Amino acid sequence: MARKVTTRRKTINTVFAWMIGLLIFFPILWTILTSFKTEAQAISDPPVFFFFDWTLENYAVVQERSDYMRFLWNSVILAGGSTVLGLIIAVPAAWSMAFVPSKRTKDILMWMLSTKMLPAVGVLYPIYLLFIKLGLLDTRIGLTIVLMLINLPIIVWMLYTYFKEIPGEILEAARMDGASLKEEILYILTPMAVPGIASTLLLNFILAWNEAFWTLNLTAAKAAPLTAFIASYSSPEGLFYAKLSAASTMAIAPILILGWFSQKQLVRGLTFGAVK
Amino acid sequence: MATQHSRSAARIMMAPAVILLLGWMLVPLTMTLYFSFKKYLPLRGGDLGWIGFDNYVRFVSSSAFWPSVQTTLVIVLGVLLITVVLGVLLALLLDQPMWGQGVVRILVIAPFFVMPTVSALVWKNMFMDPVNGLLAHLWKFFGAQPIEWLSNAPLISIILIVAWQWLPFATLILLTAIQSLDSEQLEAAEMDGAPPLSRFGYIILPHLARAITIVVLIQTIFLLAVFAEIFVTTQGSFGTRTLTYLIFQRVLESQNVGLGSAGGVYAIILANIVAIFLMRIVGKNLDA
Amino acid sequence: MGQITLNQITKSFGDVQVIPPLDLTIEDGEFVVFVGPSGCGKSTLLRLIAGLEDVSSGEIVIDGNEATNVPPAKRGLAMVFQSYALYPHMSVRKNIAFPLRMAGLDKAAQDAKVEAAANVLNLTNYLDRRPGQLSGGQRQRVAIGRAIVREPAAFLFDEPLSNLDAALRVNMRLEISELHQTLETTMIYVTHDQVEAMTMADKIVVLQAGVIEQVGSPLELYHTPRNKFVAGFIGSPKMNFMSGAFAAEYDAQTIGIRPEHLEVSQSEGKWRGTVGVSEHLGSDTFLYVDMEGQEEPVTVRSTGEVGIRHGDTVYLSPEPSKIHRFDKEDLRLA
Repeated sequence: MARKVTTRRKTINTVFAWMIGLLIFFPILWTILTSFKTEAQAISDPPVFFFFDWTLENYAVVQERSDYMRFLWNSVILAGGSTVLGLIIAVPAAWSMAFVPSKRTKDILMWMLSTKMLPAVGVLYPIYLLFIKLGLLDTRIGLTIVLMLINLPIIVWMLYTYFKEIPGEILEAARMDGASLKEEILYILTPMAVPGIASTLLLNFILAWNEAFWTLNLTAAKAAPLTAFIASYSSPEGLFYAKLSAASTMAIAPILILGWFSQKQLVRGLTFGAVK
Repeated sequence: MATQHSRSAARIMMAPAVILLLGWMLVPLTMTLYFSFKKYLPLRGGDLGWIGFDNYVRFVSSSAFWPSVQTTLVIVLGVLLITVVLGVLLALLLDQPMWGQGVVRILVIAPFFVMPTVSALVWKNMFMDPVNGLLAHLWKFFGAQPIEWLSNAPLISIILIVAWQWLPFATLILLTAIQSLDSEQLEAAEMDGAPPLSRFGYIILPHLARAITIVVLIQTIFLLAVFAEIFVTTQGSFGTRTLTYLIFQRVLESQNVGLGSAGGVYAIILANIVAIFLMRIVGKNLDA
Repeated sequence: MGQITLNQITKSFGDVQVIPPLDLTIEDGEFVVFVGPSGCGKSTLLRLIAGLEDVSSGEIVIDGNEATNVPPAKRGLAMVFQSYALYPHMSVRKNIAFPLRMAGLDKAAQDAKVEAAANVLNLTNYLDRRPGQLSGGQRQRVAIGRAIVREPAAFLFDEPLSNLDAALRVNMRLEISELHQTLETTMIYVTHDQVEAMTMADKIVVLQAGVIEQVGSPLELYHTPRNKFVAGFIGSPKMNFMSGAFAAEYDAQTIGIRPEHLEVSQSEGKWRGTVGVSEHLGSDTFLYVDMEGQEEPVTVRSTGEVGIRHGDTVYLSPEPSKIHRFDKEDLRLA
């Protein structure tokens, strides 16, 4: 039973929570606002908040100067490719663990998660070297594979927890009804697990999109995604706040929206189900 | 419980994931171990032979090592302290009845989805810049001398940036945990005459213990590896060189792969210690 | 056709043998019920027949063909699961048609069979709904429909009624019995509820710890239980067991007497006792009588209008011909 709360109490809560919420969100809001200013307005003293001449010029300049679309395209390919590839490999593995568990299933899952804990910097050079040897440095395919591998444990884990909620009897019923393993996974398991698969996809897309160690260290120009594109703005050249803001806004907007949709799954995915 | 047929099918279907991850773990790990025992300078003579534990000794005894460990610890502990304390308070607040709860939650979550390079750049230029940054304007407004954040208070600045990014994560998880608390427990405590502060101390906080542990462990693993924020802002100068960044510099900037690899092994050991604790908790959850 | 023979089959999970060597023959057209307390191996036995588990040793013969290593779908059996196991993302029509679709039947033939099954099961109006929109009883019927369309050699039911409420359970029990009479197909039915077993079965198989305690018709089990376990499991309320002096009189280790075979009187009788609880059900009255030298109270089934209450002294007399005698090994004495 929900408790009745006085309107006064609720008003205080609301005001307080909104103030803090806006404070936390402010850097993002400020970035978005600045992206619509002219460079002069962006550094005006005192700062202007809403009453300035809104312009889209920065977005055009950013695209023209650093070929934003190419980086965006790389980000989409890397994040999308690694997620889809990861799903293709993870769905059968998660099926096995959820529906044909053995004594070792738990150990294998734990071990998979533990690979996620391996600090990237510890193996940076070997991977770097392998990439040079295999001609994968600064290629989309190489980076897609790396991003897939670092997120694979989370994908397997998330799918496993979702699959476990599907009663095994339904799959057995399909088997009795004459479905082959492939048909069982394709016609019964996958459609039933659509919500789980979707949130796994979303969360891993976000993680891959924001990954900033391997994407910075294994790319130069051709395969560089938005993380590298933004990093190129770290050395200032003249007035650039508005353009930096425009570039930042473009880099985070898609993922911010995806993230808001998947916040519930985020808890589950990132804590490996340890907090419900 | 299944038939022989489905068990063998299961093994085959699990194989790709297992083999890939095994390769991803073993190959680079073996190479790192291999290099760590070598004098290996790719640009200055390449492989100069085995040198035993020299790299390990040199890495630890270099003047940069202990400061980097200290920096790492300060950043990790600082961020953990801020995110856990503020996270609990924020979670308690967001759990209260209010109007527009969903929107507030979205506002609070947002920083987590901002890629690290973006948040570092935005903070560095638009907030912490001593001339044009918003914080400088704020300081001037109150008649104070603007702070040169990244050169005079570099660690605090980086902790601030990283904490801003991780506060949403802590809040979200703690909020989820609070919401799972059985409200009858709180009502029972209220009936027993416990004032709000005791209810928090005796019921809510113990209930959150597990979630806090999870937050601490997961954040520690990610915070030990903080990279982009430093790469973009100070490049490791002004005493912001963490262990991760030191290894990165040894390997890629000074091209001393042997030394860097030895550092890498230290980092792996450190992360594993944290990981073991995390695995214990997650593993327990598997049985439940 | 639907004759199933189990020859010396065993099942072990790891080191634990849940089914020691077991033989059983199920005749074509029989309604066989596996009954026993939970954990007795009855569901495992059903899953072995279905092919959802491998036997550890022994062979399964279906209609004269060795089927031990045949995959579930190829055994010609259909199963109705405890949870119904309906496909939640498919309409009722698609659920029922699924086995036909897997068998590669063309659309027209699928539709015809689905319609026919829906007719039999009163599901015609629900064909385009999802399982989530149906009541428990309707879901149960869809699960049966999915089994019927395959025209299997035998139906396997795994505690199909345990998720239904009491009133519905009685209805579905009748429907399944009727279905058996119409189709005349072999049915194997697993339950822990001896009432279901008694009311539906042609042949009851009583299991305990993976071992068959007795096979027989419901009345055989009622009248001549082979041992104390079967005697206590079959019949409701439970048979009363008495030992010590009570049994010695009949030259047995233990004697058993069913509540309905005890006569109660307030003036005279064989045994004297005090009424603890009396339950008035209207049609019957159950008396729980405490007797000296007897640990458990003795249950007596009496007529509805008995005016006996808590604390009254009563005398009980068993019908001599209805006393069951058991030896030290709990086996029935002739």
